[in-house]
Amino acid sequence: MLPEKKLLRMANQIATFFASQPGPDKAERVAAHLKDFWGPEMRAELKALARSGHERDLDDLVRRALPMI
Amino acid sequence: MKDFVIPAFPPGDDRDMGTPARTGAPVTLSIDGFEVTVPEGTSVMRAAAEAGIQVPKLCATDSLEAFGSCRLCVVEIEGRRGTPASCTTPVAPGMVVRTQSPKVKKIRRGVMELYISDHPLDCLTCAANGDCELQDMAGAVGLRDVRYEAPEGGSLANHFEARNTSGAPNPEWIAKDDSNPYFTYDPAKCIVCNRCVRACEEVQGTFALTIEGRGFDSRVKAGGAGDDFLSSDCVSCGACVQACPTATLQEKSVIELGTPERSVVTTCAYCGVGCSFKAELNGDELVRMVPWKHGGANRGHSCVKGRFAWGYANHSDRILHPMIRESIDLPWREVSWEEAIGFAAERLRGIQERHGRKSVGVITSSRCTNEETFLVQKLTRAVFLNNNTDTCARVCHSPTGYGLGQTYGTSAGTQNFDSVMQSDVIIVIGANPTDGHPVFASRLKKRLREGARLIVIDPRRIDLVKSAHVEAAHHLALRPGTNVAVVTALAHVIVAEGLFDETFIRERCDWDEFQEFAEFVSDIRHSPEMTEMLTGVPAEDLRAAARLYATGGNGAIYYGLGVTEHSQGSTTVMGIANLAMLTGNIGREGVGVNPLRGQNNVQGSCDMGSFPHELPGYRHVKNADVRAIFESAWGVEIDPEPGLRIPNMLDAAVGGSFKGLYCQGEDILQSDPDTKHVAAGLAAMECVIVHDLFLNETANYAHVFLPGSTFLEKDGTFTNAERRINRVRKVMAPRNGYADWEITQMLANAMGAGWHYTHPAQIMEEIAATTPSFAGVTYDMLEEKGSVQWPCNAANPEGSPIMHVDGFVRGKGRFIVTEYVPTDEKTGPRFPLLLTTGRILSQYNVGAQTRRTENTVWHKEDVLEIHPHDAEVRGIKDGDWVRLASRSGDTSLRAVLTDRVSPGVVYTTFHHPGTQANVITTDYSDWATNCPEYKVTAVQVSLSNGPTEWQKSYAEQAERARRVLPAAE
Repeated sequence: MLPEKKLLRMANQIATFFASQPGPDKAERVAAHLKDFWGPEMRAELKALARSGHERDLDDLVRRALPMI
Repeated sequence: MKDFVIPAFPPGDDRDMGTPARTGAPVTLSIDGFEVTVPEGTSVMRAAAEAGIQVPKLCATDSLEAFGSCRLCVVEIEGRRGTPASCTTPVAPGMVVRTQSPKVKKIRRGVMELYISDHPLDCLTCAANGDCELQDMAGAVGLRDVRYEAPEGGSLANHFEARNTSGAPNPEWIAKDDSNPYFTYDPAKCIVCNRCVRACEEVQGTFALTIEGRGFDSRVKAGGAGDDFLSSDCVSCGACVQACPTATLQEKSVIELGTPERSVVTTCAYCGVGCSFKAELNGDELVRMVPWKHGGANRGHSCVKGRFAWGYANHSDRILHPMIRESIDLPWREVSWEEAIGFAAERLRGIQERHGRKSVGVITSSRCTNEETFLVQKLTRAVFLNNNTDTCARVCHSPTGYGLGQTYGTSAGTQNFDSVMQSDVIIVIGANPTDGHPVFASRLKKRLREGARLIVIDPRRIDLVKSAHVEAAHHLALRPGTNVAVVTALAHVIVAEGLFDETFIRERCDWDEFQEFAEFVSDIRHSPEMTEMLTGVPAEDLRAAARLYATGGNGAIYYGLGVTEHSQGSTTVMGIANLAMLTGNIGREGVGVNPLRGQNNVQGSCDMGSFPHELPGYRHVKNADVRAIFESAWGVEIDPEPGLRIPNMLDAAVGGSFKGLYCQGEDILQSDPDTKHVAAGLAAMECVIVHDLFLNETANYAHVFLPGSTFLEKDGTFTNAERRINRVRKVMAPRNGYADWEITQMLANAMGAGWHYTHPAQIMEEIAATTPSFAGVTYDMLEEKGSVQWPCNAANPEGSPIMHVDGFVRGKGRFIVTEYVPTDEKTGPRFPLLLTTGRILSQYNVGAQTRRTENTVWHKEDVLEIHPHDAEVRGIKDGDWVRLASRSGDTSLRAVLTDRVSPGVVYTTFHHPGTQANVITTDYSDWATNCPEYKVTAVQVSLSNGPTEWQKSYAEQAERARRVLPAAE
């Protein structure tokens, strides 16, 4: 798998889990998970991917989490 | 009444007390005029031993229940007729016992005379000379004469002469069986005391041995007619050898090297059970490893790996001199330690100068000690100044860390191993303890034979499902990848049928979260009837299993990598934690949630801050107060952001931003998924430092090789799966010159660290000073107590055998909703089968150690288990070479047809680099932790002629990469 594709997939997997959780703060929890377990370079890369046309490949929760990471 | 507590033996006191210890009300009696108080149910023999009086015995030993066959331990008891056997006679209040009297002395001498009349008198040349209970007892009873002799020129009736006095072959004589690589069975020396047979049954639980024939014809026999030890069910655990009072069952190493003269108690370096052993030596030559009876984890038992498979320490493949090379296409060059360390330090510094401080990192070893692991993560945090540290737990139990952390507040099993003896219902999910954690499995089987019920949740019919005197009440043979659906369906039944423990939940858990959870699992889509099509588990079986776990008494869950190594590994761990909270099965003996950890110190390496987001003690690097502790101890600023995990390091290496790696005692090229990707990542780095015993597969891509030391060659501690901190003791000098912690220190100092540890005890002081769960741990304390289970601190000065007793570590237990999400790895027309991977008893992990021992006799190569139906439609016969292909790659290996796997599922192990099972596995991983999905890969199997192109090119590359230039004069 291409590294970019893998990163998008990993982010979406996290979103899939938190989407199943009760409560109104799903995007916040996705952001918290990304901040806790992904280093700043990986987060920056995810943001860069989102900016460079991959936003539509990202789960809505990830998109909402991006400004918080 | 309060139970009588027997004072603990001082470490090193290995006296055989004759029969097992009992607990119960105190009973006082008199033995040879001494007053003795022991627990009710204790034998007279053991009571005498407590008073320091050894009653002569042959068939009794304190690891086995009394048998009463040898009649050597007879005593006289006032008011009782005859001469009862002291091993089978329980104590009674006021009993007056005499262990020496003319009458019993005469009986004992007569018994010994009969034994010796049928035993060869070759004591001086016997391997057990000086270590033989028969010899000792002949002395103890004062045997001076044997009157029974064979008639001249006639036949004789004994078992030990190959020919009788007339020269004719003796039909009673049986030749020595040396089929087992580690011990011999010499029937000529057997006294038929039955200890080996009972050890195989009671201690190991394999039932491979029996007594064949009756009376004078009684013989110990392994397996059935025509079997020898090797072809029988024997698992070579050594319990029979340990129990044998003579040279009948004898270690080959003792036969070859002589009886050992000194011993050191230490800890096994194989699996996460963490057995205590006595390393027995002559000088610095190891003669044998004997399980230590006071070992908290193993209670005197062992398996074939720890007991016998230590020969790798002296294997000719072991590298003893440092080596370097400019690039990986060049041969290795042996250099001095100074040059190797200088070369490594310069390269790492250069990389950091050119590519930034985050361009390098470390992988800590789950096979090294806590102290060594602590130093390696300290190297990256305090010297490299980043958090790029990870460990092999990434690829095994990282989901346990996340899942149990989220639900309970800390990442560790909740019980000690002893706890299983109080369990009534045991769930084993995604684990194969008889192969992976054999010493624990023996305890578990013992409890099952006492009547506990077993539920196995596994795609394969593992041995526990049905073996001698053990049968699972339910085997839920789920489709690989559907763990979450099954665990959630179990919760559905418990909630829907009102079987949950409301009192426990109200007191100990967050009630609101429980209600959300209950609403979630109550949904009909989680019912076993709805999930049956998906999971392949019949709804009625699943319902019955759920009811049994919820209502059958103490319920305990044991799980392994079949739970964690999935895209939803963390979710399954949380689902398991939910089940235990739901049924109130947490916080006392006999219950709990227990990850069976893979490697000897994988618990410890996680505890020691090997993960990139956590400082030692599972504290996130984002917490300023935690960083402050280490910043003041180390005098550096700690990076507040998480570093890279192993897969992220490899991705970053391929991407060009990660350039240097120090990898201690870990073979990521063989053990990590998607071998081609790992190889590409390693090949892209400018400095790979491998610190290991052997030129492992990862070393094919290394620039610096630092030879490592074995567990026999250094001091330190390992922490096992029950959080037990055990001492590792140096029994010989490191053959490579340095213990591993010294080598890490040399590298750190070459990069300007200024460390000056002179003993691992000082590193433990630093761990205790910085890590609350280890606050009370010192080497002095371990010396005194033998071992201790963390948390060990002011609140728990004696350590913590059971966790979450009065409340969860995080406060209220937290129920978490566990929605099933199918993995993206799906079968289809091209890849219609599901591959799942695992391991077997005789080999360990990537096999680096066990492949270099005689254990290969049991497992020479990885094989593919395939159901006869799947094999037939592909024209595959048992033993055929087959090609195993996935979307990632292909390899070839031999097929074994078995219905242990369901149709549609195939299985293999990853012990041999020639097979490289991980060239097949994908780079899918757990959503929370990136733990790879080893357990589910869509594959196709077809007939093949032999190794694939990949295997051939891999073997060529490996051979090229291992060239070593002759040492310069």
